[in-house]
Amino acid sequence: MTLDNKITHMNSNCVTCPAHNLANLVKLGIDMSETDYVVALAGNPNTGKSTVFNSLTGLRQHTGNWPGKTVGRTEGAYSYGNKRFKIVDLPGTYSLLSTSTDEEIARDFILFGQPDVTVIVVDASRLERNLNMVLQVLEITDRAVLCLNLIDEAKRHKLIVDDRLLSKNLGIPVVPAAARQGTGIPELLKAINEVATGQYVCKPHRISNDIKNVSSAVDELNQKLSVQFPDLPNTRWIALRLLEGDQSVIDAVRSGEIGNLKAAERTGE
Amino acid sequence: MKTLIIENKKEEIIATANRMRWKIGDNLHDSIIESIYKDAEEIASKVVTRSGEKPKFDVDRFIDKLVTSKWTGFPIMFLILAAVFWITIVGANVPSAMIASLLVDTMHPWLKQIADGINTPWWISGILIDGAYLAMAWVISVMLPPMAIFFPVFTLLEDFGYLPRVAFNMDGIYKKVGAHGKQALTMSMGFGCNAAGVIAARIIDSPRERLIAIITNNFSLCNGRWPTQILIATIFIGQLVPAYLAGFASAAAVVAIAILGIGFSLLVSWGLSKSVLKGEASAFSLELPPYRPPRIMQTLYTSLIDRTIFVMWRAIIFAAPAGVVIWLVANIQFNDLSLAKYFVDWTNPYALFLGLNGVIILAYIIAIPANEIVIPTILMLTVLTVGMQGVGADTGVMFEMENAADVATVLHSGGWTVLTGINLMIFSLLHNPCSTTIYTIYKETGSWKWTMISTFLPIAMGLSITFLITQVWRIFN
Repeated sequence: MTLDNKITHMNSNCVTCPAHNLANLVKLGIDMSETDYVVALAGNPNTGKSTVFNSLTGLRQHTGNWPGKTVGRTEGAYSYGNKRFKIVDLPGTYSLLSTSTDEEIARDFILFGQPDVTVIVVDASRLERNLNMVLQVLEITDRAVLCLNLIDEAKRHKLIVDDRLLSKNLGIPVVPAAARQGTGIPELLKAINEVATGQYVCKPHRISNDIKNVSSAVDELNQKLSVQFPDLPNTRWIALRLLEGDQSVIDAVRSGEIGNLKAAERTGE
Repeated sequence: MKTLIIENKKEEIIATANRMRWKIGDNLHDSIIESIYKDAEEIASKVVTRSGEKPKFDVDRFIDKLVTSKWTGFPIMFLILAAVFWITIVGANVPSAMIASLLVDTMHPWLKQIADGINTPWWISGILIDGAYLAMAWVISVMLPPMAIFFPVFTLLEDFGYLPRVAFNMDGIYKKVGAHGKQALTMSMGFGCNAAGVIAARIIDSPRERLIAIITNNFSLCNGRWPTQILIATIFIGQLVPAYLAGFASAAAVVAIAILGIGFSLLVSWGLSKSVLKGEASAFSLELPPYRPPRIMQTLYTSLIDRTIFVMWRAIIFAAPAGVVIWLVANIQFNDLSLAKYFVDWTNPYALFLGLNGVIILAYIIAIPANEIVIPTILMLTVLTVGMQGVGADTGVMFEMENAADVATVLHSGGWTVLTGINLMIFSLLHNPCSTTIYTIYKETGSWKWTMISTFLPIAMGLSITFLITQVWRIFN
């Protein structure tokens, strides 16, 4: 039996076996040909996005213990099950609202790059501050997985995070992990796969609707947008950005580029 | 007609949004952020629980108190910096000599023999073996050992979490001169490579402060310039003190130049923010990440394979053509004088006025692509113009010195003094960025104006300061 045969043979047995998910992982490095799904890695600075990226792709993207290490986009690929995933490591940012170059790169990719899944990597020991960014991502996309990274450090600080309750509150899968040690990576792969293939349907948390004085304005814009761009998944968020005067969203509306953003459910199939 | 209607509708949406924005006022942004924060707090309070008491003694806090304290922060920083250089200087000596004896003393004659054996024309073997090959051999033996030590040590510091503490210490000073506190981080990156430091300036939000960070990054001594600093310090500063102190004196001189560079970056930032790039320093939050035990093996692997080999490869690519150029300017002759000799004789009077010499000027022009090859070029040109016998063999051959003492002999016979050494160290700190960095600056700023300013400002400063030092030196001597 040749090696290739062996691998195929192994795969056929393991696909259905949840205990051997890592056996399904083939790290493809920078070979990004014919990928089936695009995965974005977002999150606060210094939460271990690049470490997660490295353990999925087999690449050795430089990691460093300081915020702001990744300033551009780094891309790699892996295959899991029979599907090929392209994965994009985005710069770490505290928000997606302001206008620095790294935040714009991250925001534009999540919005216009239309990843099939956005993995938000958070620091479990600093959950509250990290959640600000998570909620902003969930305003833009409805296909996301939360990687609750650095649980080992949270433990060291005597913190316990109820990941199931968190998942219920956010409406997306939550995977506890310690990427530096490789813990949680098989579960993360599984969760990404489930969201990408539509086996898990996210019901993302959206920020409360009762922002003072603006609900009527948002409603009116919302209505106009849905008439003009019937396929647009999240007109409410676009409306808010327009009201705030976000130049790149205004440009996208003007050029009609925003109309190309279709609901994720439709592009996936 | 139909498209026109659609265009109108899009504009109408934008117009509606613009109209409403006036009605709503500025509070929208704050309200959105407020509701995000509220939700985040609510969810976090539900899912996070604390098990038991917080440990009384927190190691992270303890280290932070030491390394970011007003009194101990800076001394610790300088000590760590000095220790890194000392390890690099001392550790690189022996392997450097070993690589040189292999690549230059053994391989070079061997290659020449083969070339002669197959009747290669003299100018082809000259260009390829005496030019391109020797330039590469020199760059490898001078650069590989210090880089193989410097990068892993620096990466370990980075992995441990020390860099943000440096930024924390420096932040206040940068703010005082009207720059962004995060410039301290891009400056630290510049110690490795200026092109990387320029790209790292993306973490700075305000375009004004980002430009300041980009323009001043060149004042961080990059890894291509460390060997020059280390070698010249060893020859000219080390000899001023008793032999047993030479290592420390040289390391101290290099640290002094590095600190001088930080000083210039502050000074120029101040100058820019008070003139062409006026404005207030913007506030930002800097996260001090937890200390993490560095993963030694992985750090060694990534810093050796990815960083060291990557930078090395770049240096080799630039060194080969530069070697060809050196060989050509030394061998193309008019009226029995080589091009190099013409240039050196022509610039010498001006250069000596600045406390440098024509050889240094020519070497820096040839070395624009990569700072790493400055020293080999200087040595070769010095031998050439002085016409020393016994070293350097043929004209235009870059050669390896067995040790620093040999280099000293060549430089002294070329008329070098302590003043020339000090000025070369200053000029190596203050001159144009390498071509890769210049290109990166252009890509990042998209502006020729700022690229030109970043390129010529340091040269102007370097020439004025070496001039000043020379005048003062001559008054006292």
